[in-house]
Amino acid sequence: MTVRIVVLAKQVPDPETPPSQFKIDESTNTVIPPNGVPPVVNGFDLNAVEAALLLRDAGADVEITVLSVGSDFVMDAMKKPLAMGADRLVLVDDSGLGNIDSAATVKVLAAAIEKDGPYDLILGGRQASDWDQAHVTLGLAEVLGLPLVSLVQKLELDGDSVSLQRVIPDGYQTITAPVPSVLTITNELGESRYPNLRGIMQASRKKPEVFSLADLGLSSDDLAPKLELRKLYIPESNKQVELIEGEDEADSGKKLALRLREEKLI
Amino acid sequence: MTSILLVAERDEQGEISQSTVQAIAAANGLVDSVVTAAIAGEAPASASALAVEKVVTLSSIDDADLGIYDQATAEISALVESTSPEVVIFSKSDFGSVVGARLAFRSDSAFAADCIEISNAGDGVSVTRPVYGGSALAEFDIVSSRAIITLRAGAYETNTETGSPSIEAFESGVNVEQTASVTGTVAEAREGVRLEDANFVVSGGRGLGGPEPFSVLTDLANALGGAVGASRAACDAGWIDHSHQVGLTGKSVSPDVYIAVGISGASQHMAGCSSSRAIVAINKDADSNIFKEARFGIVGDWEKVLPSFLATVRELKA
Repeated sequence: MTVRIVVLAKQVPDPETPPSQFKIDESTNTVIPPNGVPPVVNGFDLNAVEAALLLRDAGADVEITVLSVGSDFVMDAMKKPLAMGADRLVLVDDSGLGNIDSAATVKVLAAAIEKDGPYDLILGGRQASDWDQAHVTLGLAEVLGLPLVSLVQKLELDGDSVSLQRVIPDGYQTITAPVPSVLTITNELGESRYPNLRGIMQASRKKPEVFSLADLGLSSDDLAPKLELRKLYIPESNKQVELIEGEDEADSGKKLALRLREEKLI
Repeated sequence: MTSILLVAERDEQGEISQSTVQAIAAANGLVDSVVTAAIAGEAPASASALAVEKVVTLSSIDDADLGIYDQATAEISALVESTSPEVVIFSKSDFGSVVGARLAFRSDSAFAADCIEISNAGDGVSVTRPVYGGSALAEFDIVSSRAIITLRAGAYETNTETGSPSIEAFESGVNVEQTASVTGTVAEAREGVRLEDANFVVSGGRGLGGPEPFSVLTDLANALGGAVGASRAACDAGWIDHSHQVGLTGKSVSPDVYIAVGISGASQHMAGCSSSRAIVAINKDADSNIFKEARFGIVGDWEKVLPSFLATVRELKA
């Protein structure tokens, strides 16, 4: 029997953008997209895609759907999970979804899962690299009333259940969860695979299935925020580095140790 | 009046944690705040002197719930329903991050994670939190009748303010049957001092080029009596175990000296070490962001710098 997996994925500004190019428009409280740096799928969500693909590699019969909520999708970015090996891409694409808070995001995801599901496993990354809230997937488990395990670094399908390793500060827990469950996947899982040429070709032929808010029976009234962004800014740094320069690099190393001793730091 | 429920946590000795004491300082900083602290299990000795009005013990939450937190979420939800606090504050711990988020969605409240400030804004409350991996700060107004927040450790000072709270027990009678179950715990082997407790941390990043150089970093850490850290890039590449990862998604450290070797200093990494007393950067690339965050720096090849640095440290320590 096919195990249906949905992976939640978010389009975010590329977190590898050099800090010098990271700029904010304080009049609109938005990040100014840097020139020539396209958005990407949140890297932690790719960990979740990788987790689903590893189940397939282990021999499970899985169907992997990638689900995203937003607006202004850049298809080259959003198709990366397909190129890695996911089967379907479902987008809830609506201009009203550009600037919603996470409570509203959870509502839309729940409605989309209701419509496109049911799924056996719902996977999300541990957090998104833009707002770093780390709670949309947790909230979704609450709203759907499903069991939740966070920070999963390893998973194995085992009949009607999943065997999991959950990261804790000094090691990990082993956990058995039923199917269906909601899991957040952490980067301890390992690096996500790079798409190969065949994957990229296949992804280029696939079309996303697109829902509007209305398709899900929702309107903008359902998306009232609980948090309002008042100010977004780059904190000022007034740190001034003291560069240690010796006659050569070895001498610099020695001088550094002496300087730290002088400051009573060692 | 702002009624605040503060969900307390324990340190390794079972007493009230430093991050909880800091959260109490944050709560007491709000205008007309009335603070109740809730704690799982019996109240520890240090609870009777907390600077709060009341301490509520939650005896139905025990260690069997760790990691899954179904019972904790249910019991704290019941407490919130019966006492209707306007703000609920958790520490940004494993427990707080999971239970806080679940509670917010179960009780239809606003949620803000990893806050560094909470303040009054008109009749309501606003919070500040780092976003974009720490590259920016965002201030939010809570536009919901209740806010659940997690507070970053170290965001507020640990003050010595005390009080004489009453202590009561709360039991909702709810007993959740756990759907997922913990079958075991595996502790990573660790040598020497805990990374989070170390006064010296020597961290390596992508610039090291492979796993072998970490042995040099280990020698230096041992000479200083410290611990070895790493950037996420180095951990994801498999050069060193993830338990060494420092940063937004790894550990937060605040040593006297943080030595960053071959680390570019992305804000996601700095989020885990920016409260160090002094950051020392060793990097070949003079334009690297780490030099904007460091107090001392050497622009150079770590392979040439570290041996003489290590030798001099050993001489000074001898």
